[in-house]
Order: sequence, then C-alpha cells, then structure tokens
Amino acid sequence: MATKPKVAFYWCASCGGCEEAVVDLAEAVLDVVAAVDIVFWPVALDFKRHDVEAMPDGSILATFLNGAIRSTEQQEMAHLLRAKSKLLIAFGSCAQLGGIPGLANLFEAQDILKAAYCDPTSNVNPEGVLPLTHCTNNGHSLELPEFSKHVRTLDQVVPVDYYVPGCPPTPKMLANAVQILLSGELPPRGSVLAPDRALCEECPRKDSKPEKLSITAFKRPQEVLIDEQTCLLAQGLMCLGSSTRSGCEALCITGNMPCTGCCGPTSRVRDQGAKALSALASMLESKEDADIERALAAIPDPVGTFYRYGLPASLLHGKRLDKHAETRRAGS
Amino acid sequence: MPNHQPVANSRFEPRITAFFCNWCTYLAADLAGTSRMKYAPNTRVIRVMCSGRIDPQFVLDAFAHGADGVLIGGCHPGDCHYQEGNYKALRRYYLLKRMLMDMGIEEDRFRLEWISAAEGDRVRTVINDMVEKVRALGPLDLRTPIPETLPEEVTV
Repeated sequence: MATKPKVAFYWCASCGGCEEAVVDLAEAVLDVVAAVDIVFWPVALDFKRHDVEAMPDGSILATFLNGAIRSTEQQEMAHLLRAKSKLLIAFGSCAQLGGIPGLANLFEAQDILKAAYCDPTSNVNPEGVLPLTHCTNNGHSLELPEFSKHVRTLDQVVPVDYYVPGCPPTPKMLANAVQILLSGELPPRGSVLAPDRALCEECPRKDSKPEKLSITAFKRPQEVLIDEQTCLLAQGLMCLGSSTRSGCEALCITGNMPCTGCCGPTSRVRDQGAKALSALASMLESKEDADIERALAAIPDPVGTFYRYGLPASLLHGKRLDKHAETRRAGS
Repeated sequence: MPNHQPVANSRFEPRITAFFCNWCTYLAADLAGTSRMKYAPNTRVIRVMCSGRIDPQFVLDAFAHGADGVLIGGCHPGDCHYQEGNYKALRRYYLLKRMLMDMGIEEDRFRLEWISAAEGDRVRTVINDMVEKVRALGPLDLRTPIPETLPEEVTV
C-alpha cells in the first residue's frame, strides 16, 4: 500500500477559530483524511512534541500552522515543524499577518503581563508575582516558556511557503489549499492561496457602488439601519473591502456587516492599514479642516480599525516603544 | 540604520523626508535655491506629481527606514494642478497623523504645508522650523519588533 502524504496542524497564539475551520469541513474532512495521514494535530489527536521530533526532516508534506508567535515555545515549535515539513503554510490571519493578538504590539510586554496578573480585581496577587521562566519549588525545578517582547508573524520567525488568509479561513479555502498541495502543481513559493484581487470585485453589492464615492460622515454599524442592498461605503460605513483580498466570498457583507479586512492585502499592497486609511479618508467630501477633523472623529481608533488583523506585518510592526520605559521601571 | 546614532558631544541632526508636489512646493524649493536662501540641510526632497499622489505607505515607509520626520508640501487649496488632489492629501493627512500619534510618533514629526511656487521663503521657514522641532524631539529610534528572518522586501 502506498503511503499517504503526511499533514500536520498546529496552533500558536490564536483563539482556536482556525481549528474550527478544519472541523467545519464537516463531511469533507473524510475526503481529506482519506487522502492524507494527519500525523500531528494537538487540538484533536493525541500526538506529542516528541513524536514530531522523532520524525525524519522533511517527512511531513505540509504543516498548517495557525496563530502568531508570542512565546519561545511557539518559536521552537515553528522551527521544529519547519524542519520536519516540506511545505509550511501560514494558516489564518494570525500566522499570516499577526491577527488580533498582533494588536498587543501597541503595548509593552511587561505591561501586558501586569495587566493580566496584577491589575484584575479578581486576581489575588499582592506581591505582584509575574510568570518566571525558571523557578524552584520544593526542590522541583520548573520552567515556563518566555513571553516575547513582540508578537511576530510566522514568516518573521521561519520561512513560509504558502499563506491561507482569513479569520478564520473558510472551509472552502482550506479544502482548496489541500487540493492545490496534493495536486503537485504548486504555485510560486510565497503565494497566498486566495484570489489576488480586492473583495469589492466579488462583492454582491458591487453594482450599487456609485462611480464616485463621496460621503460627508462615517457611520458605525451600531448607529444606523444598514440597507441590505446598497454598497456599504456608499452608506458611509467603514468597509475595508477595497483594500482587502477576496476569497471569503464576502461572508460579512452577506451578513450585512462591513468587511474588517481579515484576508489581508493583495500582492500589490505592502501595508494594508495605510491603504485602507487612504481609501476611506479620500472618500470624504469636506474641504475645510474643521469639517474633515469632525468627520474623522467618527473613527476613534484608527490603528484598531485599519490594522485589526495585521499590525505585526505592517511597516511599523507596532507602536513605537518608549525607550526610557525600562530605565524608569528599573529605577522605580 | 547607518550614521544615525548621535555621536557624543555632537548635535543630533534629524533626517527629514520631504514629499513636494511638482507644481508648487517643488518649484518653491527651486526658487529658494536659485535665490540662494540658506536653510537647514536636513531634508531629502522627493518630487511627486501631486500631494494627492502621496500614499500613506510612503510616509510609513520613510519612518520605517529611518526618517525622523516627514514633510508634505502641496499647492494651496484651490490651486491644485489636478483640481482636488491636495484635498485628498489633506483628508489623509489628518487621519494618518492621528494614527501615527497612536503609534507613538509625535505630532511634530509629520507635517503638511501648502507652499506655492512663489513662496521660496516659506520653504526655508518651514524646513528650519521643522528641523528645530524634530531636533528637540530627538531621534525617532523605532524599536519595533525586529523579525528573526525578514520577509522579502516588497517595493511600495
């Protein structure tokens, strides 16, 4: 019997939604299982790290890794799976662009630990104990992975062969990716396995988009009754479809919600957030400084709006850190 | 970033990337030159056809590559060679400025000025003023996450 190609799934800094996408294949998961051997999938199968370590290098055809890289353990697993796999696929927004966990790059690592372990009123931690990488207790030596300074995308840690975008990728996108990998006709390395065009191109409301988009005010979904037929941009909603890659089949738009940009940029764009900001701001009709500022005030959190899924992959990677913070902390 | 660390006892010299529009501000800078006006040598001017051509990616890329400040110069409102390009620049400027501030980049590091082709002196004043303000702020010194391996450079 010919051996089936081996496939692995792994998760790093993520919510589990990408694992759901695999489960959401529903019956199609049987076709996948029939075509490949799943050799490692911590969320569903009982294989351990030492099982992966025992495999020969390059013995896994493809590893689908979801989640950003935030700890030394995730970094080690990324390196390990990179070595064992012929193809490493960044699966989902977090692995591709940093994702929602990437917004943590707006804060200092120490402040995040403090917010999690010291500040919550439900935590009893009078001594302000933070997680340590080494600790000895009753003669036992204990170790924890280190919390990295920054959130990184997978390709900022190891070379990545392909990307499957989305938060999470749709089961269709996953099935399509598996099919491409099994076909043996591989696209150029570094390709994003989704159409290379903006979401507007496949938007069901495309025909209702006026030739010139011009609005006087931005509206947020909770503030208006959204018309179900008309282009969301024409209604003043902050839809990022024009600066986001298609492939999701306009799921959010179909649900009458604006696109938030999870599928990342197309290949012609380096920084999705900057492009989205540019597109939305240019739509304003106002010419007076005060009017413009008033209209833009309806976007209270530009970073969170335009870099919701891609801060670590952006040109600035995150907030400029206060270089004196550590000195001050050491002094206090 | 080469030559960027201030040497002991020497004054910090900010690097300012300036995007000037072809029809007004670039000509004003030319006028400043032909009129032999002296001003701070800290700007690197990039000519673009219109301030409306300036993609926010250009600004972020400049900061990411070591600029301590970014200056945009365009035609006065109503004077745009392409009618409304400068208004587009203005709208983007306000939003980008706020976003940069949220990213820890001070207000004075990013500036938009309308300078007509006749205002050579204004080029001098604006650049001198901006250089002093950025000098006072110090180097931008982005301590952004440094990837272990960098993805291939993509041209903006």
